Amino acid sequence: MNTNSTGFLLFMVNCVLTNNFIFSKFLGCCPFLGVSGKVETAASMGLAVTFVMTIASLFTYMVNAWVLIPLQLPFMQTIAFILVIAALVQFVEMFLKKASPSLYGALGIYLPLITTNCAVLGVATLNVTQQLDLIHSVMNGAFSALGFLLAIVLMAGVRERLESSKIPACMKGFPISLVTAGLMAMAFLGFNGLFSR
Amino acid sequence: MSLRLSTAPHIRSPKTTTRLMLNVLLALLPSAAAGVWYFGTRALMLLCVSTASAVVAEYLWQKLGRLPVRVGDLSAAVTGLILGLILPPTATWWMAVVGSVFAIIIVKQLFGGIGDNFLNPAMAARAVLLASWPARMTAYVTASRFGVDAVSTATPLARGAEGSYSYLELLLGNVPGTIGETCKLAILAGLLLLLLTRTVTWRIPVIMLGSTAFFSWILGFDPLYAVLSGGVLFAAAFMANDYATSPMSSRAQVVYAAGIGLITVVIRNYGSYPEGVTYAVLFMNILTPLLDRFMPHKIYGHQKVKEAKKA
Amino acid sequence: MSEEKKRLGKVFLNGVITENPTFRLVLGTCPTLAVTTCALNGLGMGAAATFVLIGSNAAISMLRKFIPDQVRIPAFIVIICTFVTMVQLLMQAYLPDLYESLGIFIPLIVVNCIILARAEAFASKNGVLASVFDGLGMGVGFTLALTLIGMIRELIGSGCLFGMQVMSASYEPMLLFVMASGGFLTFGILLGLFNLVVRRIEDRRRREAARQ
Repeated sequence: MNTNSTGFLLFMVNCVLTNNFIFSKFLGCCPFLGVSGKVETAASMGLAVTFVMTIASLFTYMVNAWVLIPLQLPFMQTIAFILVIAALVQFVEMFLKKASPSLYGALGIYLPLITTNCAVLGVATLNVTQQLDLIHSVMNGAFSALGFLLAIVLMAGVRERLESSKIPACMKGFPISLVTAGLMAMAFLGFNGLFSR
Repeated sequence: MSLRLSTAPHIRSPKTTTRLMLNVLLALLPSAAAGVWYFGTRALMLLCVSTASAVVAEYLWQKLGRLPVRVGDLSAAVTGLILGLILPPTATWWMAVVGSVFAIIIVKQLFGGIGDNFLNPAMAARAVLLASWPARMTAYVTASRFGVDAVSTATPLARGAEGSYSYLELLLGNVPGTIGETCKLAILAGLLLLLLTRTVTWRIPVIMLGSTAFFSWILGFDPLYAVLSGGVLFAAAFMANDYATSPMSSRAQVVYAAGIGLITVVIRNYGSYPEGVTYAVLFMNILTPLLDRFMPHKIYGHQKVKEAKKA
Repeated sequence: MSEEKKRLGKVFLNGVITENPTFRLVLGTCPTLAVTTCALNGLGMGAAATFVLIGSNAAISMLRKFIPDQVRIPAFIVIICTFVTMVQLLMQAYLPDLYESLGIFIPLIVVNCIILARAEAFASKNGVLASVFDGLGMGVGFTLALTLIGMIRELIGSGCLFGMQVMSASYEPMLLFVMASGGFLTFGILLGLFNLVVRRIEDRRRREAARQ
């Protein structure tokens, strides 16, 4: 294994497992808790988020590097990013509707929700604060989103199982989902420092 | 008892549960005895505290929650004893209490009690203790019959320690480690008892150990040493095959057990924790509902139709 | 006037208790979990969100007759974003330490669903004064919840409260509580306890109503 591929592996494992968006950074918790009732819907949401996060990383990088920095407008970052993301989501929605009605049918209702998913704005902001270059920004977006996808699908699997359990009445719904997420986050601690040596 | 749809080996009636749990308790006795033999009275104290606090926690929860009190099914005692056996002999009594209460209340009862937990309670409690008091949970000492002497040593799993203990030492358990994990002979005796009484099937333990050996060998480590060191054998015998948290179909069990082996080896050799089996079991527990869903039992009728078509 | 006062008081209390954004509506879970490793961070995050809530509620209420219905969501987001940027710059200048420890969760107030939800559900339908009180109530409710979670996690996870050592020196902090996992667990169990209390109160009320 040469250093380059080790670096790539480390970067990937970091994004997907070690620094998982849900279990260590708390980004995207709302859809994670809200849309994880069924495995199929969770997978659709995860895919839609993966799609948008990857493209959003690309576009927000370009807006930041080629517009905001030359014009010395870094304080406009948040507002510029959220507009880019909103426009992007709108565009993706229109494109999918035309190009692939079946995919649109599956992801359609989740797309508008993604604008206010803090994972998307979060990854765009993190790309800037961590000073990643274009390639790494896009990779960060894609792999972090895959980590989100993994988390939400695992969560949906467990939650489907919980449906047949005798959970105390006051813990039903959000409370037990949060406890489940906490226990899952604890299991993910095992991936700490993986491949970092 | 829960009325989850499940098939043959998963009979869940109070009487059989008690019987099964009694078998597990009996199977744990050799390991407990070996732990006390090697690590002395302190180990005995920890085992008693963890078992007692698990039973008390379960009793209080059921009493205060006005639920039917089922402490008699012995499952809380099993969880508490297993937790005690995976504590290092230097652990403090309050760590045993926190671990047991967490295992019973948060991992088991909040999710609906026996059969409804999605993580193995003792394993989850160990992860809690490991995250909360990392220094105390990894302070291993050399085994000493005359109480614990304070010489801390590297466990057989510490990096570069491969080969520093002989297979015989590992089998007998005269090595640093947790109370119940070190004496492999005692664990094997317990596993044999569980298999003979048909409390568990061979599939998960054997495939899990095989997978640990196989992946260690692939990565250039000594496969036998990998299986005999750390907590893999103990987890294979008493935790990975927990009814509630392992998959039901045999196909899914193969994937589950092989996955535990793989993750264990990866974390051991490339992660920041010396022993990966805790997290490997927990991760595969989390994956279990998906495995059950996408790899259900083969339906025999379906198979026959296919074969008939071929012919 | 006293009628008016009563109404505003009700709007305020609605946010703090009846529709507490954290414990009743379960909105804005990301910052709730992420910044509550200590009480002070929870308080700071709550205060920043309160500022944005009051500002955006007031502005949206003022502009509600001029914003076309079709583009109201993007318009709301732009208004919210303006206030977030203001908070960001103010904190950077006057509270750099707090700004540093809250990190990207300050810009992420933009996508905090509490704020957009209040804009949509309250400010776009009510007068300026009522909207300000709604923002204040929701903000205080959010702040109280975050500070409470922060206090519990800080106390167990590091033996301190608001940065001061309160547990005796022999206490060994349970580190899990300042980790991500502890955030989920604390919030989940608190929410469960909150539900239990609410359920008990409702039961008692129902029984009393039945007796009368």
